[in-house]
Amino acid sequence: MTEHQLVVIGGGPAGLSAALSAWEAGITDILLLERDKYLGGILNQCVHNGFGLHRFKEELTGPEYAGRYVELLESTAVRVKTDAMVLSVSPDRTVRYVSPADGCRTVHAGAVVLAMGCRERTRGAISVPGTRCSGILTAGAAQRFINIEGKMVGRRAVILGSGDIGLIMARRMTLEGAKVLACVELMPYSSGLNRNIVQCLQDFNIPLLLSHTVTDIIGDRRLEKVVVSAVDEHRRPIPGTEQTFECDTLLLSVGLLPENELTRALGAEMDPRTNGAAVYENMETSIPGVFACGNVLQVHDLVDFVSEESARAGAAAADYIQNGETASRRTLTVENGNAVSYTVPQRIRMEAVDQGVQVFFRVNRVFEKSAVTVTAGEKQIARFKREHMAPGEMERIFLPEKLLALAEGETITVSAEEAEA
Amino acid sequence: MKELICIVCPNGCRLRVDEKNGCRVTGNSCPRGEEYGKNEILHPVRVLTGTVRLHGASLPRCPVKTRGPIPKEKLPEAARALCRVDVEAPVQTGDVVLADLCGTGVDLVATRTILP
Repeated sequence: MTEHQLVVIGGGPAGLSAALSAWEAGITDILLLERDKYLGGILNQCVHNGFGLHRFKEELTGPEYAGRYVELLESTAVRVKTDAMVLSVSPDRTVRYVSPADGCRTVHAGAVVLAMGCRERTRGAISVPGTRCSGILTAGAAQRFINIEGKMVGRRAVILGSGDIGLIMARRMTLEGAKVLACVELMPYSSGLNRNIVQCLQDFNIPLLLSHTVTDIIGDRRLEKVVVSAVDEHRRPIPGTEQTFECDTLLLSVGLLPENELTRALGAEMDPRTNGAAVYENMETSIPGVFACGNVLQVHDLVDFVSEESARAGAAAADYIQNGETASRRTLTVENGNAVSYTVPQRIRMEAVDQGVQVFFRVNRVFEKSAVTVTAGEKQIARFKREHMAPGEMERIFLPEKLLALAEGETITVSAEEAEA
Repeated sequence: MKELICIVCPNGCRLRVDEKNGCRVTGNSCPRGEEYGKNEILHPVRVLTGTVRLHGASLPRCPVKTRGPIPKEKLPEAARALCRVDVEAPVQTGDVVLADLCGTGVDLVATRTILP
């Protein structure tokens, strides 16, 4: 069995950033395993721009953003294996993978970074009635067909779900000559970024039907039409509101699921709110020496923050390899309070806090003038003002060590509330 | 007064543009937002991205973008023009694959380095 200091699983933005930051921290023996033929992950099919404004202070397309990291990685001695699928990770950090070049291999690592990303929810996950004709695919699958394979997926399309990938694909299909009839969203608000609603829908006069859903799918071999209905406040279709769209394609943009089969089989503690591993302040899972970052940990909106989070995971993995386990005499649990749907990290080891801790979370409804509060028992230890918050936009706050020290109990709670005018 | 959502970055600032006062922009949090607000009223522009045919590599398409923004009303015509572009591997990120796209004065460049 080969020994490595660090094994990184996944060569998308998270894995690339984690490997780089571990290298910069002095880890010289790093193995990065990627199941696709190329590094860069899903960025390669995201040919639109808008990436890198935080990280590189310029607006890049997905392939350009990935290219920057691949170039940086090529200047290191990090060993990359593409076409390599990881089959299992065990708590003693033994990693089994299979690839055409190596066959089945087992390696042992001083630390492991999990960076497997996420995948799309499919028709099966949302239980849409109707026939099982062709022409129904996830927005990301359509994106791959069009942008990587160069194959058009249809001529007249309806998009269910207004997540960013759905919005981006509405524009992409239109520019490729298809007619996008509508983007249909179950919720009363879009889960996509505002800028994408403007430049992907409004620019092309594509209607966004909020509080609507697809209630029937009709087609013999190929999709022929979909029926769309308005929904009430309990998200139940309202009879009599049906409208029919004749189309050959239905794209689904109905959410992403972190791809955590390896993490679960490893026995790491999972957080049902994020569908990712529960992690400490340094992205370490409940299994010592195993770290998680990027979309496998929590689904992000911006790749820049994936890179940043993963750089922290990579640096923490380096620290684990060089200095051993993090002391944990006192641990704070971070809980979600009013209108907050989850927090990452889930736990903070007080001895490990250097200057402070970055806490990511999402709210579960739209807020205008508002405040984020952090409380420990009855005591409020921090308050942050916000002009606008929405479930589609990940929020983050920085808790300085000084404020965390004010927490006397074992938990702190992050809540959102309307701010008084 | 026109209300816009800035599309320059993912922040999506809510801009107010005063058409009567020389398109004065408020609500922006950076200078690029001011520029966007003004442009959006006077002559809206967008960066076009897409793919072109690629030969001599294992991948059939090469991703591309306009090096700068082009007039918004030119988007459909410019997107159609991409169908007529052929690129031969190797191609480097930043290589010009078509100069002066549709008379906009803006070049179309590759956004991925692809070796044969």
